[in-house]
Amino acid sequence: MYILQYSNAILGGATIGLAASLLLLLNGRVLGISGIAANIISGQSYSRKYSISFVCGLFLAGWTAFTLIPGALADSPVTDLKILALAGLLVGVGTRLGNGCTSGHGVCGLSRFSKRSLFATIAFMASAIATVYLTQHIWELGQL
Amino acid sequence: MKILSYFFIGMVFGVGLILSGMTLPLKVLGFLDIFGNWDPTLAFVMGAAVITTTIGYQLILRRSSPVLENSFFLPTERVIDTKLLLGACMFGMGWGLVGFCPGPVLTAVSSLTTGTIAFVCAMFAGFWVAGLAK
Repeated sequence: MYILQYSNAILGGATIGLAASLLLLLNGRVLGISGIAANIISGQSYSRKYSISFVCGLFLAGWTAFTLIPGALADSPVTDLKILALAGLLVGVGTRLGNGCTSGHGVCGLSRFSKRSLFATIAFMASAIATVYLTQHIWELGQL
Repeated sequence: MKILSYFFIGMVFGVGLILSGMTLPLKVLGFLDIFGNWDPTLAFVMGAAVITTTIGYQLILRRSSPVLENSFFLPTERVIDTKLLLGACMFGMGWGLVGFCPGPVLTAVSSLTTGTIAFVCAMFAGFWVAGLAK
C-alpha cells in the first residue's frame, strides 16, 4: 500500500507545516523544537512556561496516540542504552552548537530561504546518512 | 492565552510527527539508509512540510505583527561558520545512530520506555553542557 503510506507522509508533513505556520502567526516564532526544549533549562530565549507548555502538548499527542493506536510510536531498533545515551548527548550538544535541528533548520529555515539553514540541513543530512552507512554497511551492527 | 497556544501548537506538531511516521525510528533510519534498502517516505514528509510552511510564512509575514505578540522574533544570525557545521554534523551523527531527533523523541517518550527516557535525559544533558560552553 505505497500510495497510502505516502498520503500519510504528505498529510503528516502538511500538519507539521500547519504547526510551524500557527506558531509564527500566533506567537511570531520559528518552530525549532531543539530550541524550544533547550529553553526549558536555559530560559534565555523567552519564558520557560511557554516551552514547557509546548513540550507538554507534544507529549500529550504522543501519549494519546500511544494509548489509542498500536504502533503509532516505536523504540529505536538500537536497544543498547550506552549508544542511546551517546546519541542523545550528540543530538543535545549538536543542536545547541548548530542552533537547530530537523524542524528549525530543515523545515522552518528552508521555508524562510535561509542560507545558514540550508548549509546546516545539508551538513546534518550528510552526517546522518554517513553514520547509517558506517553502522549498517561497514561495521554491520545490523540494526535495520 | 499564549500558554494555551503553545500547548495546542505542540499537540498539532505532535500529530503531524505521528502521522508522518517520524516517531518510528526504524522508518527514519530506512530513509537515511540511501546506500541500502532506501525508504523514500520521509522525503515526502519534508517536502510537504516545507511547501506548507513556505506558503504559510509568505502569507503571515505580510502582517505587521503576530496575533499574540507585538512583533515577530525571527532568527537574525546569518553567519555560516565551523560552529554551525560542527554542531549540525554532531546532531546528524546522533540522529543516524538511533533514528531519533528532538521532536519525535519528545513525542515518543510518552510511551515511557527505558530507551526513549535514556535518550531524552542525555539530550537535555547535552543542552546543558552546550549552554555552559556558550
